[in-house]
Amino acid sequence: MSTRTTDRLFDFITTTAAWLFALLWALPLLYAIWAAFHPAAFATLFDLSAPLTLDNFTRAWAAAPFARYFLNTVLLVLGIMIGQFVICTLAAFGLARWKLFGGDVLFALILVQLMVTPDVLIMENYRSLQKLGLIDTLTGVGLPYIASAFGIFLLRQTFKSIPKELDDAARMEGASTLQTIWRVYLPLARPVYVAYGLVSISYHWNNFLWPLIVTNSTETRPLTVGLQVFASVDQGIDWSVICAAALMTSAPLMIAFLLFQRAFIQSFLRAGIR
Amino acid sequence: MSTITRRHPLNIHIQGWLLALPAIVLLLAFTHLPGIATIIDSFYATPVGKRPAAFVGLAQYQTLLADPIAWLALRNNLLMALITVPLSIGLALAMALWVAGKIRGRAALRLAFFTPTILPMVAAANIWIFFYTPDYGLLNQIIRVLGFSSHNWLGDPATALPALMAVTVWKEAGFFMVFYLAALQQVPPVLYEAARMENAGRWKVFRRITWPLVMPTTLFVAVNALINAFRVVDQVIAMTGGGPNNATTLLLFYIYQVGFSFWDTGYAAALSAVLLALLGLISLLQFRLMGRNVHYR
Repeated sequence: MSTRTTDRLFDFITTTAAWLFALLWALPLLYAIWAAFHPAAFATLFDLSAPLTLDNFTRAWAAAPFARYFLNTVLLVLGIMIGQFVICTLAAFGLARWKLFGGDVLFALILVQLMVTPDVLIMENYRSLQKLGLIDTLTGVGLPYIASAFGIFLLRQTFKSIPKELDDAARMEGASTLQTIWRVYLPLARPVYVAYGLVSISYHWNNFLWPLIVTNSTETRPLTVGLQVFASVDQGIDWSVICAAALMTSAPLMIAFLLFQRAFIQSFLRAGIR
Repeated sequence: MSTITRRHPLNIHIQGWLLALPAIVLLLAFTHLPGIATIIDSFYATPVGKRPAAFVGLAQYQTLLADPIAWLALRNNLLMALITVPLSIGLALAMALWVAGKIRGRAALRLAFFTPTILPMVAAANIWIFFYTPDYGLLNQIIRVLGFSSHNWLGDPATALPALMAVTVWKEAGFFMVFYLAALQQVPPVLYEAARMENAGRWKVFRRITWPLVMPTTLFVAVNALINAFRVVDQVIAMTGGGPNNATTLLLFYIYQVGFSFWDTGYAAALSAVLLALLGLISLLQFRLMGRNVHYR
């Protein structure tokens, strides 16, 4: 066979494979949408004439305090994001702009957290929260993640690329360090903050183990934990209602993703390692 | 940076450290000190009531060596890593090549591949449970059409772990695809043109140009996939609870179980120390493979 014929064959096979994989990858979500919007009788029966309904969503919504879970998750992800922005900006600035005494050692110690994330140390961190009286609080869920090695790393990179002259100019006008960060660095690093924010929100919206351990009441449970409690308390294996609940918990992120696909993918690329 | 340390006046050093102080305190409190405390705790018995824990030396580790479930968790976790990491990487690269190429409907493909990254694992897991359900689950419906008999995928120790591996690969491949997409954009088009001039086949182009040039990305993704493989826990809790017969018990899940269901904190500390050692090993590997500064500079 000539190269061209093999290439054609190759292209045909890979294109088919691509579509098969895409279908496979989309299948769980497609199925969840099918089950959630049809009566329970059609959960395993794929009949195109099946009637559409929102009943599963209303039943899921009524069966568990999802409104409260939503509120908890929103408060949690926003709180973590704002905390990370503040704490990581300050640390990153110090490390990026000045060659600090012991700065390299400090940076290396910070990077340890990329590997040893708070969820690896659940036992000790739980004990620390107990001592601080933060068990079953949103603060307790968020606190270990606020000083994010990844955030410091990412912002330090960004700040390093900002010309020193702009910094000097601001200082000449009498700006303090904090004012310089606010007026010079934050505006220039905005795309990075957007990227970091999106990744942080997606990560903590979906985070499960740590909030599962720390929370034990409706008032503090985020959506992921609430969904698990809801699905594991016997629902009589009503797939339609569970699928509706699963879709509900993912919906805000999914819709945001569909609307801002490019920004999301760019953000994960920019801030990928979390 | 060319500035020499001595050039900064002392107050700059103080200011820099003060700016980093909140982060340092939090990192010490939730990463470094608990890491050290975990190792110290692993030499003590689990405290009973108000009495302080007794020093037991290596007893927890002897228990660990004699604990078949700990070995099973380690074995399962190694399998999880050895199988899902290469699979995720291979698929991620294939996806990136598809989406970066001139394929029909690439936007739809990219959407399909990336979506699992955004879905909460717990939500996805609950949907996947249905796929694996005996008798009327989707997988069994398909299999029956093909003439095979129905199978309890999550209930059979032989298939439960592979079933979780499938979910893990499904969740991760699209995320890693993004890194390959970026890497592919960096390949100079001149190289492909040169290959076309020489009439090189698709496979040859991939092997001689694409694969070597995306190598740094492959290493980077491999290390991250490896770390993730040792932290897999959401799908275990949501789908199998470690069962049947501990067939899907992974390290972090076992730590969670020993620590928070059996409340054997001393033993959980020893297990955590093992996990820390494994993660430390991966980071050593990372430095060996990539050189100190390639990705974290």
